[in-house]
Amino acid sequence: MNTFPILSLITFLPLLGALFIFFINGAKQEYIDRSAKTAALFVSVFTFGASLFMYSLFKPENGDFQLIETFRWFPSLNISYKMGVDGISVLFVLLSTFLTPVCLLASWNSIKKNVKEFMIAFLILETMMIGMFCSLDIVLFYVFFEGVLIPMFIIIGVWGGPRRVYSSFKFFLYTLLGSVLMLLAILAMYLHAETSDITVLLNTNFPIQMQTWLWLAFFASFAVKMPMWPVHTWLPDAHVEAPTAGSVILAGVLLKMGGYGFLRFSVPMFPVATMEFTWLIYGLSVVAIIYTSLIALVQTDMKKLIAYSSVAHMGFVTLGIFTLTEQGMEGAVFQMLSHGIVSAALFLCVGVVYDRLHTRNIGRYGGLVNNMPKYATVFMVFMLASVGLPGTSGFVGEFLSLLGAFQVNTIVATLASTGVVLGAAYMLYLYRAVVFGPLDKDDVKKMLDLDKREITIFLPMIVLVLWMGIYPSTVLNTVAPAIKKTITYHDQGLERAEKEEKQKGDIQ
Amino acid sequence: MQIEVLAIGLPLLGAIIAGLFGRSITDRGAQFITCLFMIVAALISMKIFRDVAILGNDSVTIELFKWISSGTLDVAWSLRFDALSAVMLFVVNVVSASVHIYSVGYMSHDKCKARFMSYLSLFTFAMLMLVTSDNLLQLFFGWEGVGLASYLLIGFWNHKPSANKAAIKAFIVNRVGDFGLALGIMTIFVIFGSIQFDAIFSAAGDASNASFLFLGYEFHALSLACGLLFIGAMGKSAQLGLHTWLPDAMEGPTPVSALIHAATMVTAGVFLVARMSPLFEYAPMVQMAVTVVGALTALIAATIAVTQFDIKRVIAYSTMSQLGYMFFALGVSAYGAAMFHLFTHAFFKALLFLGAGSVIHAMSDEQDMRKMGGIWKKIPMTYIMMWIGNLALAGLPWFAGYYSKDLILEAAFADHSWFGEFAFWCGITAAFLTAFYSWRLLFMTFHGKSRADDKVIAHIHESPLVMQIPLAALATGALFAGVAFAPYFIGEHRIDFWQNSLFVLEHNDTIEAAHHAPSWVAQMPVFVAIIGIFLAYILYVVAKTIPTHIAKIFSPIHSLFFNKWYFDEIYDALIVRPLIALGRVFWKRGDEGVIDPLGPDGVSATVNVSSKTVGRMETGYIYHYAFAMLIGVVALLTLYLFKFYW
Repeated sequence: MNTFPILSLITFLPLLGALFIFFINGAKQEYIDRSAKTAALFVSVFTFGASLFMYSLFKPENGDFQLIETFRWFPSLNISYKMGVDGISVLFVLLSTFLTPVCLLASWNSIKKNVKEFMIAFLILETMMIGMFCSLDIVLFYVFFEGVLIPMFIIIGVWGGPRRVYSSFKFFLYTLLGSVLMLLAILAMYLHAETSDITVLLNTNFPIQMQTWLWLAFFASFAVKMPMWPVHTWLPDAHVEAPTAGSVILAGVLLKMGGYGFLRFSVPMFPVATMEFTWLIYGLSVVAIIYTSLIALVQTDMKKLIAYSSVAHMGFVTLGIFTLTEQGMEGAVFQMLSHGIVSAALFLCVGVVYDRLHTRNIGRYGGLVNNMPKYATVFMVFMLASVGLPGTSGFVGEFLSLLGAFQVNTIVATLASTGVVLGAAYMLYLYRAVVFGPLDKDDVKKMLDLDKREITIFLPMIVLVLWMGIYPSTVLNTVAPAIKKTITYHDQGLERAEKEEKQKGDIQ
Repeated sequence: MQIEVLAIGLPLLGAIIAGLFGRSITDRGAQFITCLFMIVAALISMKIFRDVAILGNDSVTIELFKWISSGTLDVAWSLRFDALSAVMLFVVNVVSASVHIYSVGYMSHDKCKARFMSYLSLFTFAMLMLVTSDNLLQLFFGWEGVGLASYLLIGFWNHKPSANKAAIKAFIVNRVGDFGLALGIMTIFVIFGSIQFDAIFSAAGDASNASFLFLGYEFHALSLACGLLFIGAMGKSAQLGLHTWLPDAMEGPTPVSALIHAATMVTAGVFLVARMSPLFEYAPMVQMAVTVVGALTALIAATIAVTQFDIKRVIAYSTMSQLGYMFFALGVSAYGAAMFHLFTHAFFKALLFLGAGSVIHAMSDEQDMRKMGGIWKKIPMTYIMMWIGNLALAGLPWFAGYYSKDLILEAAFADHSWFGEFAFWCGITAAFLTAFYSWRLLFMTFHGKSRADDKVIAHIHESPLVMQIPLAALATGALFAGVAFAPYFIGEHRIDFWQNSLFVLEHNDTIEAAHHAPSWVAQMPVFVAIIGIFLAYILYVVAKTIPTHIAKIFSPIHSLFFNKWYFDEIYDALIVRPLIALGRVFWKRGDEGVIDPLGPDGVSATVNVSSKTVGRMETGYIYHYAFAMLIGVVALLTLYLFKFYW
């Protein structure tokens, strides 16, 4: 531990920034608000820069954990503060640090009350997200994993829409229920292995009976976070009520926590149980894809439509992960990253028109291409990426996940592929209703096109979406070694379990 | 960088410049740049066509850079130039260049000229990526890319609800086909471990007996793969069942219909099957299906065309019908013939569409043939062009269609199978109908008394030069493409011409067999075409009241044809409505009716109720607590005693 603790720096920089903002004071409210916004943006941009620097230190060809930092936390209990990243988590860290400044910029004018507190909440949220992806100690992971909930709960509950209290409690209840079970599982794992170090736990052999329970407990937590069918109903409500930035970060990063958890814990640590429960995941994924796509088709609320489409897209992720093939799992990670940008951008697109007309009702819009041509172009790019058009990032993840699934189970892959057709239907419907058609409503006619701030937000996202679609190797080369390693852990675990079974048989 | 790359890169560059900087370089600038780039690209494609196909140089593959690499899947962006792709390059770039130039005139009254040119170039780029791909995934990229461009161009007049509806319909119906194509690609990856053409083709023979477990059933592996690919081809090429989007696609500006919905995009399915001929040859069951579907499409589309009044729709159904010919040619292994028909059809059908566009332009955007008539003297150039196009379409001797269509029918006959014969008779009937509706179109549009109102008549004018030149270029193709290239595509040079880009098993070589077909088979199509023309002359020039009588007498059949065999209505009732209803049920009954009440709302309600119940126990009276304590003590005691005596 003699290298520079870059991961801790990235993790706690936003928290420091939040602390700093906390002390901003002045006579005029306007002055406080502006300083808080500027400071928060500065901190988040700096954090993003630091994370890019961190990525330059990262060696992608190596599938192991890197940039490890350890600090003895509770030595007597063998619980330590341990940070490190592999090819999977490093990209999620980048996604989080990228989306935070985007969110702050997006709420520049739309958050009007308690601006200072909003900035503080958001920076704390960033710390929690990054910390969660960097944790290499399961107790630490749990702290961050749950920590994410609190600022998000507050963001929805304070700055949300009219039904914000109901939505925030629904969100909290759902996620907490799963988390409690996960905490029990973590305790059980700790008692069994006598350590909470993830790198050790990856090589630990949990008894088969125990694996089943542990897997189910983790599943309860991750399934809610994904969200998988049928525990998805918190998501549409949370999205609808959350402020734009809240929706962006929720869709962009928070939905990825479940998938990350499956990859980090369920698959490599409980391989026998994973094999046992793939049918469950396949079933729920396929149902999620078809069921929520059909629901998306009949929505009249823009945010709800995109929220339901997120559930469908996450169905491809869970499907991909549990194919346990390289293509499927890499596709799942890619899909998560792509969805992180695309759905975030789609919520921003909704935010743009919401800021102007203060309604999310699809029928209230129409003909925007005439007075907002730039907006129409931007929206088109992300709409197409969401549909999974080749050449955009959406295609690569979807195709690889389905290719993985097809090798394992053709029925599942075929049913899931129907989601691609339905996806085109609801997205094109949304786009037509909002952007095309006659421009005949007076208040819609008055809407102004994107301003400089909004273009600054969208431009890097468009570049990323196209870059990832045309040259996905940048991402895949980083992910592939870590995925191979995960599969190795999984296979070794299976082997060990088999050997044990045999020994038992021999003894009897 | 090789010069070949420019043939594909220039349209992309043009699309980007016109699309992003259209405002700063003005409409003129955008038109000039895209047209110039397209002309250069067309010239380069001619050179490639000459080098690779006519002179028989080796095929070239240029790898640009890696695309997707994951596990054993390894795909690169690359350009493959062999005879097959050279033919397509030639067709796509030449027709596209003509349409680009024509559009300068046709869209002169439109507000968004730069955007239109950008879309056209974007389409061309995607189509070129499709045809020059050396793997299935890049082909899929182009496949979806042309779908996108088609969506954008059909809905170009986006203030029209009908145009938006047609655009979405086209995209979604195509997606259904793409769903099959994607599954086909995955199947091929599982069978061969690669989606690279060379790797697949070299292993195709060995895999001819393999089987594949799909959806719980055991399939012949290559039949399954080809069947799924064919679903994709059906979507893109508007074959019966997945054709409903094509007629509606006529909502787009006419140059779009000429380029995308006649000459190039809709032939992508034909190209796909020809490209995958090394696989289809080992899947006889699928070949049979291809033949039957193609034959039925050729016939049914022709029956619809006979009854339509919208000039563009007649040509659209005619396109669908001609695509049917190409497919049954593929089905009987006459790949060269199918490709040749694709080649000639591109010229004369683009010519017909642009000619129709010229008519529509002259008639102040009128498309209904019932409101035309008697205008041939006012727009003689267009009139001549339409004659050339129709002569080529009907396959009269020495016009382009004569060479390709005749051979297709002969090949179908020479296949000596029940479905070959079925296709032959469907094709002959369709040939008769083709001639009939073509001259019906000519007579209704150009001859007789004018049925338009005076304002329109006063305004009739011949198109500007910028629209006439592309017409002339395409007319040259419609006149000479057949006679000039027949020896290469289907004649004595065909082995050297195609080299390895098409694959035919020896006993399937129907093109060879077609040359030995009886002479009545070769004469039949021309014979029925002349009858068709004659009949059209009688019904629409000599005795004009007869058609309405016929329609009345055979009213059920007429309304079946006129209403396009009710495909739209059936799909709407069987698929679209039920799915939307299902979405509502899932939302209102599922999410809000079952999951929420049982889940979060239920839990919170239960907690509420139980906490209230518990709260009620705390009454504050000492004797209540004392009573409760007493019960507790008794219970514990009982438990203890029980345990003691157990």
